[in-house]
Amino acid sequence: MASTTLTPSQSGIPLERIEGLVIPKRGFPIGHIVSRILFWILIVFILLYTLFPFYWAVVSSLTFDSQLFNTPASYWPSQIDWSHYEFVLRNDNFIKALENSVIVSVGTVAVALLFGSFAAYALGRMQFRGRTAILYIVLSMTMFPSVAILGSLFLMIRGDWFLPTPNIYNTRIALVITYLIFTLPFTVWVMTQFFKAMPGELEEAALVDGAGPMRVFWQILLPLAAPGLVTTGLLAFIAAWNEFLFALTFTNNYDARTVQVAISQFSGRSQFELPYANRMAASVIVTLPLIVLVLIFQRKILAGLTAGAVKG
Amino acid sequence: MSVNVDVAPLPELADRSKTWRAPETSLGRSRERLAWLLVLPSLLVVAIVALYPLIETFRLSFTNTRLASTREPRSVGFDNYQTLLQEDAFRSALSHTVIFTISSVLLETLLGLAIALVIHSNFRGRGGVRTSMLVPWAIPTVVSASMWQWMYHDVFGVVNDILVNQLHVLNQKVAWLANPATALPAIIAVDVWKTTPFMALLLLAGLQLIPGDVYEASTVDGASKIQQFFQITLPLLKPALLVALIFRTLDAFRVFDVIYVMKQFASETMTVAVYARQQLIDLALLGRGSAAAVIIFLCIFSFVILYTRLIRVEEI
Repeated sequence: MASTTLTPSQSGIPLERIEGLVIPKRGFPIGHIVSRILFWILIVFILLYTLFPFYWAVVSSLTFDSQLFNTPASYWPSQIDWSHYEFVLRNDNFIKALENSVIVSVGTVAVALLFGSFAAYALGRMQFRGRTAILYIVLSMTMFPSVAILGSLFLMIRGDWFLPTPNIYNTRIALVITYLIFTLPFTVWVMTQFFKAMPGELEEAALVDGAGPMRVFWQILLPLAAPGLVTTGLLAFIAAWNEFLFALTFTNNYDARTVQVAISQFSGRSQFELPYANRMAASVIVTLPLIVLVLIFQRKILAGLTAGAVKG
Repeated sequence: MSVNVDVAPLPELADRSKTWRAPETSLGRSRERLAWLLVLPSLLVVAIVALYPLIETFRLSFTNTRLASTREPRSVGFDNYQTLLQEDAFRSALSHTVIFTISSVLLETLLGLAIALVIHSNFRGRGGVRTSMLVPWAIPTVVSASMWQWMYHDVFGVVNDILVNQLHVLNQKVAWLANPATALPAIIAVDVWKTTPFMALLLLAGLQLIPGDVYEASTVDGASKIQQFFQITLPLLKPALLVALIFRTLDAFRVFDVIYVMKQFASETMTVAVYARQQLIDLALLGRGSAAAVIIFLCIFSFVILYTRLIRVEEI
């Protein structure tokens, strides 16, 4: 049948032509089948391309070392070997790095969400002098190249600047502060759009009833913004969890080193052992929580990413 | 607390599309003060962790400062920049960065567009395919770099196994990362793998904004699928495509993680960000490293300006 949006009476097109539009392949059943098969081959190819590398990491992490170095490789593990996971999880440094990553990421997200939603409330729901200028600053800051300020941040972290701050090199607090560079502007930008999109009636009614703007913020707007907070917080968490350059540069041992640095420096039990299976086990441990979170929140993440990146 | 808000109801809640007018009521003025108080913490953070270090980087780039050195730094004018532009290592880092950026962004866009067009059609399991495409995006770059390092292994790697033993495309194994000729293309392939799905999802979001009747009408007019693609899809997708392109270019130009994890400071794959990090920290040459950092910043900044031109902040 013709689609409801294009009825003959509306479009003025003879009915036969529209019938022809809807069933154009009536005469070509074989061509239709071939194109369906090609289509599904494409889909399988896309899935293989996106999923195979991670699948391979999982398989390698579960394979006995003796089989890992077989050629040709086996694409399906015949036996499952957990020893690499055992090795990684018994490694004190790796556990400490996991702990550091969790604390740094959660700390960064908490500060970014608190400061970010304050700013987003002002930018999304109030008009004031300088608002446009601040929005421009925030937008360009979301793309700030962190490597450009690596050297001077290094000096500041070691207390080597004009303010008498302590040396916080190799601490988790140094990472939380510097991670705000890439999480805070993003949070402000996305949350501003969330606040802006909210209906104004509730806020207006509360203000007319005599509630102060901050009470409106805490009791009305913030609860309404909860879905936005979850999405933004999750994206900021992923960004902080995956950060590498600062973690590599501002730490020198496992007091503050994060998992990303730990993985990049992972080695075998001895210098003669290839570390790949252990590295793959560590990689899977570090990635699995993210993948689970992403799969649970996939709709929200897609919406948040498109709001953050493409808003043309 | 003022109650007579009915006279001049909060100007910011009225018509937002109108240009801003100075608040005339005391309530309006106090709202404006509050707005500034609310953005203050974020502005302070940005000033301290981004603006000040940026200015400091510019200043350092004109000195011969060294890390942890007792020697008094002095101003050297444009010497650092001159040295950089004459130095082979920096020039090759710059050309690697340009090669990396152009080829990875181009491949990601073409592949991403192709994938977006395939998933755009209606089929059973479409949601699942879309979700699976978030997996490479969610994998940390360091992890994906070590995964691919293992896959690229010259003897036991799965890439060689597939190409030599399964598909018989190559007749002998290749040391993808050790061979200077294949190292950069191999790393580009990793970046393309990680970012293509994201690109595809962004473009898919753009495709979904194109109303279906446009296609129906043009089919009635006898347009072929290929004509439809070039005359309808591509022009209507242009805004999304442009923004995604700039966004990815910015990201690719400062690439560090994937290169450092796979090849550290190897000269055949060094990009400007890796070069800057080596000068700044590993060689303790803060002055010269800062000059490299300034060059990176200026390149990226010009793209950011382009990007902010495309997004009309006033409407947000």
